Amino acid sequence: MLPVFELLKPASLEEAIEMLSEHPDSMPISGGTNLVVDMRSGKLSPKTLIDISQLGELCCIHEREGILEIGAGVRIADFLEDPMIARDVPILAEMARSFANTLIRNRATVGGNLVNAAPCSDTAPALLVLDAEVDLQSMVGTRRMPLAEFLVGAFQTRRQANEILTGVRLPIPPKEVRTAFEKMGLRKISCMAKVDVAVSVHVGEDGGVTNARVAVGAASAAALRVVPAEDALVGSSLCAETIGRAANLAAEAAEPRAGSEYKRQVVRGMARRLLTSLAEGGRA
Amino acid sequence: MREIRLNVNGRAHELRVSANMTLLTALRDLGYTDVKNGCEIGECGACAVLLNRRVVNSCMVLAAQADGATVVTNAGLGTMKDPHPIQEAFADAGAVQCGFCTPGMVISTKALLDRNPDPTEEEIRDALSGNLCRCTGYGQIVSAVQLAAERLKRSISSPASPRCGDGHEPAPAEPLRVSGEVPRGGEGE
Repeated sequence: MLPVFELLKPASLEEAIEMLSEHPDSMPISGGTNLVVDMRSGKLSPKTLIDISQLGELCCIHEREGILEIGAGVRIADFLEDPMIARDVPILAEMARSFANTLIRNRATVGGNLVNAAPCSDTAPALLVLDAEVDLQSMVGTRRMPLAEFLVGAFQTRRQANEILTGVRLPIPPKEVRTAFEKMGLRKISCMAKVDVAVSVHVGEDGGVTNARVAVGAASAAALRVVPAEDALVGSSLCAETIGRAANLAAEAAEPRAGSEYKRQVVRGMARRLLTSLAEGGRA
Repeated sequence: MREIRLNVNGRAHELRVSANMTLLTALRDLGYTDVKNGCEIGECGACAVLLNRRVVNSCMVLAAQADGATVVTNAGLGTMKDPHPIQEAFADAGAVQCGFCTPGMVISTKALLDRNPDPTEEEIRDALSGNLCRCTGYGQIVSAVQLAAERLKRSISSPASPRCGDGHEPAPAEPLRVSGEVPRGGEGE
């Protein structure tokens, strides 16, 4: 049995934001794949839930002047079906394929996954290499910040209690940008990440890397971008030596909990493998 | 309490639900006890239903969130007298032991075959990865999905032919055994 709470069903985002500020100890709910479980276990016990699962304004993916805007209520399963995602940011489809299982993907939302901020979030590292920003809205106004800044620690974000994360936006990468995502868990499918690695490189006409992103998930309190590894890649030709150096830097940046030091080696191996596949032009 | 409407297996219901009631509880209270209450934390898939044609764990959906929705459960696909080809394939392939996971497995199979009528084994295992079986292992269940896919494809390509279970379908690649009760007598091996 779930604890007792009040459920409100706003008709619009505006109304939802009003409700959130009027009701102390309230939380938005959409797919419920984290929240319902956490309420059942007693980890969370909000007095009021505000159902934002049916707000159409949160459920769209669209492009505006080279920026892809993904509503917070977009479900992980949508990443597998949306043609714009497949064409412009296939790394999000790649991430979605490894995200939990079909039953969960059909309910879990990108906003919920980011706000929950589990260290093993799969959306976070994939979105970090895309330079994603998040939009937060409250009665006071709207705030926009890089995802890297939004994620503070394990289950901690910069979201205030009166704010709703309304969406994620990211610049659509140029066609030459190659990306890859890999997840390591205890099983091949339907599992939580032990380590996620996401990479993105832009290789110029002369074969040199002009821009790079490396992100690691589940190996620190929050998913993180590894800027030193990115810097090592830029200007290089993605040779084995550079890839090895970047992979080492990614492993050094990871901060696994005591007892999980093995994750550093996993990060190193996965980063090397993914970057090598990009060097070979593999997974574009 | 809140009044909600649900269409379940083609039947319209109006019911009063409390905020903390899940769709799983609401369905079972309405008598749809083919929807099983397994783990209640979205791990096992025994409570899987189609919610507006998407397969979900009904234990993670608040009943009030499903107001106005169309729900299909295993019992909505077919009956003992007139089973759905998927249900028949599960029986014929011996994919049922204790049966607790079966309604969820059948619903996940329905969701898969609706979108992908010709799945590979890997796609089948992926689609069923949210449904746990603690008895048989997954070999027979995968065979059942393959058998169902084959029969459904055939019934679409030649609509005039009789529905599956008429004894004309080729034997599955591996020998199959049926344990337990078969929905229609005399069809198992």
